[in-house]
Amino acid sequence: MDLLAFFQWCYDTPLGETIRNSTWLFPAIEAVHLLGLGLTIGSVLLVELRLLGVGLSRQPVAQLAASAEPLLIGGIILMFMTGIPLFLSESIKAFYSFAFWIKMTCLFLVLIFTFTIRRRVTRTNEATERPRLGRVMVITSLTLWFGVAWGGRWIGFS
Amino acid sequence: MSLLAFFGWLGDTPWSVGLHESQYAYSIIESVHVWTMAFFFGLVVMFDLRLLGWTLRTVPVGEVVVRLVPWTIAAFVLMVISGTLLFYAIPLRSFQNIFFRFKMILLVLAGLNVWLFHSRVYPKFAVRSVEGVPPKRVRIAGAVSLTLWIAIIVSGRMIAYNWFDCDRQPQAAIINFLTSCIPEAVN
Repeated sequence: MDLLAFFQWCYDTPLGETIRNSTWLFPAIEAVHLLGLGLTIGSVLLVELRLLGVGLSRQPVAQLAASAEPLLIGGIILMFMTGIPLFLSESIKAFYSFAFWIKMTCLFLVLIFTFTIRRRVTRTNEATERPRLGRVMVITSLTLWFGVAWGGRWIGFS
Repeated sequence: MSLLAFFGWLGDTPWSVGLHESQYAYSIIESVHVWTMAFFFGLVVMFDLRLLGWTLRTVPVGEVVVRLVPWTIAAFVLMVISGTLLFYAIPLRSFQNIFFRFKMILLVLAGLNVWLFHSRVYPKFAVRSVEGVPPKRVRIAGAVSLTLWIAIIVSGRMIAYNWFDCDRQPQAAIINFLTSCIPEAVN
């Protein structure tokens, strides 16, 4: 099965069709998707600001990261739970949308980065002694999350 | 000049028309608005969850206030600037949009909550150095803030939809009243 056929299959799912045929469902799910984005970005920022030496800079990195992680995972789950239905309802449009592919690429990369390198570094207080490492991580993470948010918004414009 | 006439005039100014008709400017401003919203709302959620005692319990409330509030203010300023530009691009339609009006009312309430928290609740309860779960009044302020900001984002998202717009008649009389819409004047 080629990719477009898979997207067509997604488009034809009952859930996708239900959302498409409803006036309220898409906006309502979209709004929750945005709230999930906020929760995700907030829990990321808590740690990123700390890595830059601002924000809650009196707290150890590892402790902040541990507090933020359940919220981060919660935010990501919320975004997937709402994002997948949204995708099903307009997967053909997404297939031909440049922004959608940018978003998916950034999302794929940021998830891998967050749950491998970033998690390993923030589990210890290593980044405190190596501020350059911290800065590079913040730039990587925020750039990729920016790509996710930008791409997501731009799907709606195309 | 009535507000309706004023926003009608504002929408005819060259910069408003330019923004409205631009291929990219509007979309870029809208993206900035969403991104700063995520920044602002994300930190507000962390702040409110701390007031509720659901997260960061080992961090004193005072430290969260002192260290995070400046960042939320910075993000809020960018959000207001980008939001004002979005309004300026489509003034009359936004002014008459029911979700926009709802959002503005909620924003005033959220501002009131911020003022109440910083002037009454926060100093009185001396939670600056307190770790753990804050007293009830502080938790209420956090819950009210969280509820209001969620409602603000949801209503903000809904401004994009024209279900209750003045040029889409017939609408229920109450809708036309709430949007200051005079259907005869439109048609």
